[in-house]
Amino acid sequence: MTQLPGQPALLEMRGIRKSFPGVKALRGVDLTLQRGEVLALLGENGAGKSTLIKMLGGAHQPDDGTIRINGNEIEFSSPAVAIRAGIGVIYQEFNLIPELTPWENIFLGREAGIGFVRRRRERQLAADLFQQIGISIPLDVPCRTLSVAQQQVIEIAKSLSQDAQVMVMDEPSATITPQEVARLFAVIRQLKQRGIGIVYISHRLDEIFEIADRVLILRDGERVGESLIGDLTRQKMIEMMVGRDLQHEFPKHHHQPGPVRLSVQGLSRGMAVRDVSFQIRAGEVLGLTGLVGAGRTEVARLIFGADRADAGEIELDGRPLKIRQPGDAMQAGICLLTEDRKSQGLVLGASVRDNFSLPNLRQLSTCGVVNSFKERTVFAKYVDQLNIKIPSQQQLVRNLSGGNQQKVVLAKWLERHAEILIFDEPTRGIDVGARYEIYLLMNELARQGKAILMISSELPEVMGMSDRILVMHEGRITGEISDVSRVTQTQIMELSVASTGC
Amino acid sequence: MPKNMSLTSLLNHAFFRDYGMVFVLLLLGVLFSALTIRQQVPTTVGAGDQVAERIFARHGRDAGVLIVTRRTKQNLLFANATQARLEALGCTVLGNVSGAAPDARKAIESLLKQGKRIDAIAADDAAARWTVYDRFPEVGSSKCVIPTAYLWPDFLKVTNLLGVASQTAIYAMIAIGMTMVIITGGIDLSVGSLVALASVSSALVMRDYGGGASASLGMTIMGMLAGMAVCGCAGFFNGCLVAAFRLPSFIVTLGMMMMASGLAFRLSEGRSIPELPTTFFSLGQGKTLGVPNPILLMIVLYVIAHFVMSRMVFGRYLYAIGGNEEAARLSGVPVKRVLLAVYTICGLLAGLGGIVLTSQLSAGDPKFGQMYELEVIAAVVVGGTSLMGGQGKIFGTLIGAFIIAVIKNGMNLTNVDPFNQKIVLGAVLMISVLLDTLKRRVS
Repeated sequence: MTQLPGQPALLEMRGIRKSFPGVKALRGVDLTLQRGEVLALLGENGAGKSTLIKMLGGAHQPDDGTIRINGNEIEFSSPAVAIRAGIGVIYQEFNLIPELTPWENIFLGREAGIGFVRRRRERQLAADLFQQIGISIPLDVPCRTLSVAQQQVIEIAKSLSQDAQVMVMDEPSATITPQEVARLFAVIRQLKQRGIGIVYISHRLDEIFEIADRVLILRDGERVGESLIGDLTRQKMIEMMVGRDLQHEFPKHHHQPGPVRLSVQGLSRGMAVRDVSFQIRAGEVLGLTGLVGAGRTEVARLIFGADRADAGEIELDGRPLKIRQPGDAMQAGICLLTEDRKSQGLVLGASVRDNFSLPNLRQLSTCGVVNSFKERTVFAKYVDQLNIKIPSQQQLVRNLSGGNQQKVVLAKWLERHAEILIFDEPTRGIDVGARYEIYLLMNELARQGKAILMISSELPEVMGMSDRILVMHEGRITGEISDVSRVTQTQIMELSVASTGC
Repeated sequence: MPKNMSLTSLLNHAFFRDYGMVFVLLLLGVLFSALTIRQQVPTTVGAGDQVAERIFARHGRDAGVLIVTRRTKQNLLFANATQARLEALGCTVLGNVSGAAPDARKAIESLLKQGKRIDAIAADDAAARWTVYDRFPEVGSSKCVIPTAYLWPDFLKVTNLLGVASQTAIYAMIAIGMTMVIITGGIDLSVGSLVALASVSSALVMRDYGGGASASLGMTIMGMLAGMAVCGCAGFFNGCLVAAFRLPSFIVTLGMMMMASGLAFRLSEGRSIPELPTTFFSLGQGKTLGVPNPILLMIVLYVIAHFVMSRMVFGRYLYAIGGNEEAARLSGVPVKRVLLAVYTICGLLAGLGGIVLTSQLSAGDPKFGQMYELEVIAAVVVGGTSLMGGQGKIFGTLIGAFIIAVIKNGMNLTNVDPFNQKIVLGAVLMISVLLDTLKRRVS
């Protein structure tokens, strides 16, 4: 760290307060960041991390408190001011225009020259930037053709081109593969060497230990702890975030598996899913892992009828199923908790209760008329049981935290009383506390003799919660691990990248 | 801050969020009432009774009264009512003149010649201003008794309000289907042309198969059903292309708009079809319990539509599809069937609107319904339904339709230039969308 005595910190936030109608999002938070430092910002969803970084990005203004850059107090009144002050925020949703090339995106809105774009010069500048970062990106293709990780690098390059001294990364690893995470970390180390300070947000504790120098933990809008990374244990970090003791991160109960409930034979669709066969027994949690794009989600969608299979048979309790659309699968007792809650799992602009009722309307109505009393009482039961934190059943889903949103999705499927539950990334973007509750729920469902297929990219989760693990690579199943207690992350990774000889 | 908070929470209250437009409508009503306050002279029966009683009070039972009115339908009612009331009170009605000033002069001359004494002249306000009375020293204009005027806004006259409502009823009916389609995230540009198609096809069935003016009730109903059926099919076709082939609804219904309009002109050979049975006209022109039928029909349809949208599974599906089609599909919503149904309903309602319009205007015509689609979309949007889909209320649309109608009517009553009216309506549309967006941003 290049901090000299007497020299002001790169970024200093003091006593930041912010209220929204009905919510105190931040109650006097302090944050300092030195040059060349990676500060991990930790906290459950709703702890105030997003609000804090939106202030740095100029999207929100604090009600109270000061922000200093290199000792100069600056009022972050708009995103433009933040950029000028040297702050680059890389949000989870990128701000790239899909049809433009990387370099056009980098210089968007700042094109040199009047009217005409100095194409050659800008293209060269972009190439230089990528070279400095140490990652090569094709320059002349539209951004939509690039991977998420590549788009992330473009966002970083864009911030660099704006002379950012502070870079804020909001869950940059959430949607990229482990290899890409490794590459991202190389970029981050490179940025550190240039004296750039980084605020890094992630729910994945392993990453924090790998990349962060210091950790700042928020809970309910307050700072509950700050420490050098070396002074903290994983357990301690989790306890500070949730504010209570958790026995284990993964509270897995193993049940004696019963008879085979779901059997999949030779399931195929194009290149995405090739000849996939497996079985799940009653009371069993089958973990399905592999790299992003390995075909895991596609398998789930085929079983659920969201896509049509080219070939393959699916049997439930020994009976063959004909599944043409999601309705057929639901009728048979299969449900799918989609990977992407916001675009596939929920109607964000609708109320919590409407979302809950959507797949259950037929049961909750007579002759096409919804029985709203029954609807209210049934949903109230789940609000209670799953500990969903909502002010009213009419609350819009959009305004809930990730964990509560996921619980609403769970509630709507639990009311279907499905026998086969497919959970695709059930804990993505969800805080530690809610995550724990979801694990407990999975235990309970398994105890009831249901069969669970859990798709996850997070190896600790897969290893911690599964009875058996399947690994996929390029549309095929490349390995099955029956003895979960003995397996290591490395072994799973090897299967994930295995060449299958074709 | 706390004060501010309570205001925000008040504005966020469900009632204001959904039906804040009611207040805009009331405000417009108050505004146009204030702008159109005028001296109103009562007419017809009530006025007759009033005048007769005043004459009786002044001159007693022996009074000889001449009634003088201009020749209009309303004045005739007034004159007859006055005469009947006077006679009931025991006064002598010397004559009942309906016409112009010379007629009044002749009548007075002949009465005087007969030696009759004229105690009072019951007249409507225009006839009382004639100068003929002063030519006869025995009479004089001071003997004229006219109904007393009172202050009342033109806007709030029952005839005006019922007129506005009957005209709006048709737009409002069609807007029900449009609201449903827009809530699913689509749009239906074909409704205006479907109005024309329904008008022409129902009129043709009544004329060519029912025998025109002498068509039986059965054939009249057949004609109406035919008009609805044609539009229902057109809507179903729209729905097929949108749901099964994933074509954008804008383009599909734009095509249907042209096709339906062309078809309407072809079928009618470009001419109006006035040979219709009179029983049919009672649909658009008749009244039940004193309320024009189109208004009653509109109220019934809105009550049903509100129930469907707020309490029925079908309504929930519409909102879910508009909010997030993929999430709805993955929750087991039969997306294709629902879309098919909603475009069909929209077509059927446009057809119904066309039939009511035909009945109101006593003829089938391929030129009916032009620009209705835009007017109807404007009503839906002003009523707070988001073009992005997933949000909107049926009664909001009703209010939206009436806001537009009231603004138009108010501008007519205050003699705003028709070109300026268009400018104002355009601005109203923009402002309402702007307000809606701002409101969403606040909450």
